[in-house]
Amino acid sequence: MSTPTLIEFDDVVARFDPMLGLEVHVELSTNTKMFCGCPTEFGAEPNTQVCPTCLGMPGALPVVNRTAVESAIRIGLALNCSIAPWGRFARKNYFYPDMPKNFQTSQYDEPIAVDGWLDVELDDGTIVRVEIERAHMEEDTGKSLHVGGATGRIHGAEYSLLDYNRAGVPLIEIVTKMIPDTGARAPEVARAYVTQLRDLVKSLGVSDVRMDQGSMRCDVNLSLSPKGSGVLGTRSETKNVNSLRSVERAVRYEMSRHAGVLLDGGTVVQETRHFEEQSGSTRAGRIKETSEDYRYFPEPDLVPIAPTPEWVEELRGTLPELPWERRKRISAEWGLTAEELRDLVNAGALDLIEATVAAGAPAGEARSWWVAYLTQQANTAGVPLEELAITPAQVARVIELVTSGELNNKLARQVVDGVLAGEGSPDEVVESRGLKVVSDDGALIAAVDEALAAQPDVAEKIRGGKVAAAGAIVGAVMKATKGQADAKRVRELIIERCG
Amino acid sequence: MSAEPGTPSAPGSSTVPDPSAVSDPSAGEAISRDEVAHLARLARLAVTDEELDVFAGQLDVILGSVARVGEVAAEDIPPTSHAVPLQNVFRQDVRRPGLSQEQALSGAPAAEEGRFRVPRILGEEA
Repeated sequence: MSTPTLIEFDDVVARFDPMLGLEVHVELSTNTKMFCGCPTEFGAEPNTQVCPTCLGMPGALPVVNRTAVESAIRIGLALNCSIAPWGRFARKNYFYPDMPKNFQTSQYDEPIAVDGWLDVELDDGTIVRVEIERAHMEEDTGKSLHVGGATGRIHGAEYSLLDYNRAGVPLIEIVTKMIPDTGARAPEVARAYVTQLRDLVKSLGVSDVRMDQGSMRCDVNLSLSPKGSGVLGTRSETKNVNSLRSVERAVRYEMSRHAGVLLDGGTVVQETRHFEEQSGSTRAGRIKETSEDYRYFPEPDLVPIAPTPEWVEELRGTLPELPWERRKRISAEWGLTAEELRDLVNAGALDLIEATVAAGAPAGEARSWWVAYLTQQANTAGVPLEELAITPAQVARVIELVTSGELNNKLARQVVDGVLAGEGSPDEVVESRGLKVVSDDGALIAAVDEALAAQPDVAEKIRGGKVAAAGAIVGAVMKATKGQADAKRVRELIIERCG
Repeated sequence: MSAEPGTPSAPGSSTVPDPSAVSDPSAGEAISRDEVAHLARLARLAVTDEELDVFAGQLDVILGSVARVGEVAAEDIPPTSHAVPLQNVFRQDVRRPGLSQEQALSGAPAAEEGRFRVPRILGEEA
């Protein structure tokens, strides 16, 4: 295979209009598979979440998972789609062992949701409306492990090993219409769309949308049209795009590659390509089969799905506040600038802060804890903020203890450390580590007197009116009380005792 | 959709379907020899030239017979995909016991590391 000619991005957009399309697969986090009662846990031992139905054994009959249909309808509604009043599943036939039935049960020309849109906001605030063609239900395939090839890929493999735990897990495929007129912003639009779709699906609580675990997967369709001509080019479909950053890179690379082919006088081949994370390039896969090669026909073992208007409206009523509306509201409530908000979102702190506020903490303090001390702890531990072993309610409790004067900031951090170390709730850590502000004046006065006696020169200065010198005594008292004193009260007592 | 994106024949496309059928029974011959060869290739069946002639003829008769249903179907009768007038048959999202790994693999011609072992798939396209 020859190295493709790549054209500089600026040249590409000067000569061509990119035509972008995105297909996103979302694996639903239902308890069971699409058509049988097998569990859907990620990472189980191979072939331990299987039954005669998902193994395609003779006589086994599928039955549709109601929750999966509801999730599909909710996704459709959140994307402003119309919900089809009637539709059937179809069999998509193909020769490949990742489905033991020898076909994938999918929706073909009767998808459950059609004709929607998603308004995508770019970093500079520009809104791009992405039209949604359809969202349909299908089932995931099994996982193949190719043995004998150098790279674990199919080429060169001697044989393949199949794990069907994932075969039959509910999938929703969301397909955009062609997104025109994005020009130089095509890579950015692609990324923003996938990001926003991820946030949307996450807010619906129907999938954990982890691109790194494959519960959200993106295919990038791209073609170039000579600038201003409106003539559509041949498209490539790039798979294996497994992160938000990769979405952007894949679009950019394919634009440069297509332009290289076209400017060399060649023809773009309609094919599937694989994105390679390391190099940021794509390589050719198979030549695409045409859809008739799949010999689709209505699935005779499943009866049609006909969502009633009442059911659809009931589901519409369960839609949460959309993530971007929520962000706008929170920004206004907390008085955040656009940059501050973006930082919180990027740090994964927004939900946590909001939950902390909901648990009774003032917004300012909740924010400060999550973006400062807890972010530090998460970075040190090398985990995402949301995976820290402390709940927003626990953070709210720590803040409450500080506000009430039972903890000072230093002690509060120790309490948080204890919670993170698995020592229990904040109150339990306070108890077990003996972390309480010494508020007993008697004990503090004794410590103050002792410190003043130990540093008579300082005591003399204070008596002479140099109140600033009190700092040294405060420090000594804090040390003597192992940090468990309220510094403000200590200072008051020092002045009192020197008065 | 596909676990191994881009592997041959794995479901990959979600292009909006072109519902053109494999055969058009209204046109004299229900199925051509080329179409039979194409179907055989999709199913990875090694069919000889002689067999193609035989199967094309046999399939043509079968499809021709089935196509006669179309002659009696009236305008107001939609194509039937399901024999029983049922819709919205659902299952609650509740787990049910399935098979153990040992049971699942018990009928497999070959297994390895708890997985089904199958011959390499590409061969002809690799």
